[in-house]
Amino acid sequence: MKKIVMTMAAAAVAFSGLTAPAFADGERFVLVSHAPDSDSWWNTIKNSIAVAGDQMGVEVEYRNPPTGDLADMARIIEQASASNPDGIIATIADYDVLSGPLSDAVAKGIPVITINSGTEEQSKKIGALMHVGQPEYDAGKGAGEKAKAAGVTNFLCVNHYITNPASVERCQGYADAIGVELGGQMIDSGQDPAEIKSKVMAYLQGHPDTNGILTLGPTSAHPTLAALEETGKSGTIHFGTFDLSSEIASGIKSDVIAFAIDQQPYLQGYLPVVILTNLARYGVVPGNSINSGPGFVTESNIELVEKYAGEYR
Amino acid sequence: MADTTQQAAVPDKDERVREMSPLRKALIRPELGAICGTILVFFFFIAIARDSGMFAPEGIVNWGTVSAQFAIIAVGACLLMIAGEFDLSVGSMIGFSGIIIALMTVQWGYPTWFAIIVAFMLAMAIGALNGYLVIKTGLPSFIVTLAFLYILRGLTIFISIATTRKTIIGGVREVSEGDPLAGLFGGKVLSGVFVWLADLGIVGKFVAGPRAGQPVVDGVPMLMVWALALIIFGHILLTRTRFGNWIFAAGGDTQAARYVGVPVNRVKILMFMFSAMCATVFATCQVMEFGSAAADRGLLKEFEAIISVVIGGALLTGGYGSVVGAALGALIFGVVQQGLFFAGVESSLFRVFLGVILLLAVILNTYIRRMITGER
Repeated sequence: MKKIVMTMAAAAVAFSGLTAPAFADGERFVLVSHAPDSDSWWNTIKNSIAVAGDQMGVEVEYRNPPTGDLADMARIIEQASASNPDGIIATIADYDVLSGPLSDAVAKGIPVITINSGTEEQSKKIGALMHVGQPEYDAGKGAGEKAKAAGVTNFLCVNHYITNPASVERCQGYADAIGVELGGQMIDSGQDPAEIKSKVMAYLQGHPDTNGILTLGPTSAHPTLAALEETGKSGTIHFGTFDLSSEIASGIKSDVIAFAIDQQPYLQGYLPVVILTNLARYGVVPGNSINSGPGFVTESNIELVEKYAGEYR
Repeated sequence: MADTTQQAAVPDKDERVREMSPLRKALIRPELGAICGTILVFFFFIAIARDSGMFAPEGIVNWGTVSAQFAIIAVGACLLMIAGEFDLSVGSMIGFSGIIIALMTVQWGYPTWFAIIVAFMLAMAIGALNGYLVIKTGLPSFIVTLAFLYILRGLTIFISIATTRKTIIGGVREVSEGDPLAGLFGGKVLSGVFVWLADLGIVGKFVAGPRAGQPVVDGVPMLMVWALALIIFGHILLTRTRFGNWIFAAGGDTQAARYVGVPVNRVKILMFMFSAMCATVFATCQVMEFGSAAADRGLLKEFEAIISVVIGGALLTGGYGSVVGAALGALIFGVVQQGLFFAGVESSLFRVFLGVILLLAVILNTYIRRMITGER
């Protein structure tokens, strides 16, 4: 018993050492994302807030609900505003759930910038300073238009985060641009790579006339690449994806992937930190929301992008 | 004459009860570990996160709400675990009940009170089915409820996609405006007290926007009231009633309990239903508070419930444990989870900390079990 108490005390001491930076000098901002721990895409944003924090001399904390449960995310935002930071940066993954905690933070006098998921309109309703992101439906539609021009008639949309409404909007935009009604072509692939791969293979086997694929990020794009490789269909299907990674970049170079839609997440992490710092220090703030994307990455501009894929792009 | 006085003096001690030192008696109480843990955890966070707003009113409401959430499902899991069974379908049940309420109110236009009652009945029916399958097949409840973890999650995603094409159904708050049952789950109590406290300057006020001038904490969430009510109910049921003894007996030694006439099957099925009911309380509070339901709500909550119960001193083998312990376990869990955020610890380390606490709790429990049973 005594020993156990001692061990706990030792653990407590060990942890208290890690917490010291929280009270360093300089402004403190909290970024709350909706992404589960397993989503590697958010590394770019983590890197960008580290860079911005260094450059501006401020401290930026990254928070996320470990399982991606948005109700947990609401609690994290409430916690963040209770800790009185100089600013909160958050995604609006679900307006119903997050508008309450976010507008409470605004009402407490904490500047809020929304990023990534959500729309400018929702951001305004919350009372946030601005939204830094990419309009999801339009981005999906842009992808669909490119696919249609390439002759896509039957498609598969691999949705690895079906519980985020924005992900469904991307598939919807893509389907609308091609002129097909969205139904069974959108599959709920789950987050596990092996599971995604086998589901894509099964779908392609069951629907051999599929000539277009849209994946919604590296999480679904990498296993889909592997599935195409294994079934010998690499390069025969028009393959578009959201977001970038080093695998996706090499897929573009080898003509397996036609294009990647880059919403330039680096800017979504970097700009809010810079803007909030300048607001805190000099009271200046841009008057409008900022579209960080969409930008299309194709074979023509891949060189530059590839250098920083997965790190800053 | 002398003889009778001597006889009356004898039954001072019952020779059938083994003597035990007071220290040993205190050590084998299931809550002991959790009480020590709670004190330790509070000391720890007061030491490192005192100035971070964690112990300001809104900070307390923040971790209090999270703890209350854990407590609600932990009470159900605790009684079921003492009765010797597991329920791994709690998390999926939370998602399922939430979607049922949201679908019935927003999509099909039923009144909210009716939707809530239907959700409770459905959930308890599924709980009963869980229990019936465990009793009838003799399979471990671990496997049966694991199956329902998948079945319910899949059904939830399917029905929400099939009816609305979305996995998040919003707009519940608008349609349940003024509903008698909705307020019972999503409302707040003691609002007046907080306005008064804000006027005294003890609680901060909003400084901007439409709510400027209102207190930042505007009441005690019903979630906490439910948690307290369930804890008190569970504690009285377990320690003060015959049914409580049956729960211990059913989990301690099923066969022996049957021999002495305990209706083991009924006890276990009822406890499965109670666990499902607690999950639905959780889901209803969440839907009413946030005004929306999502198919992925409640992921991994079954394990969080079990962790709370184990930290609270219950044995995984059944027959031993306490509701108060489970509630303290939930408090520790909630305080640690939110407290690490307040302390500014890298959030990925939260699970490391959680794992360490869980391990310590289980080691302590094993030690206690050896003391009780005398095994080496």
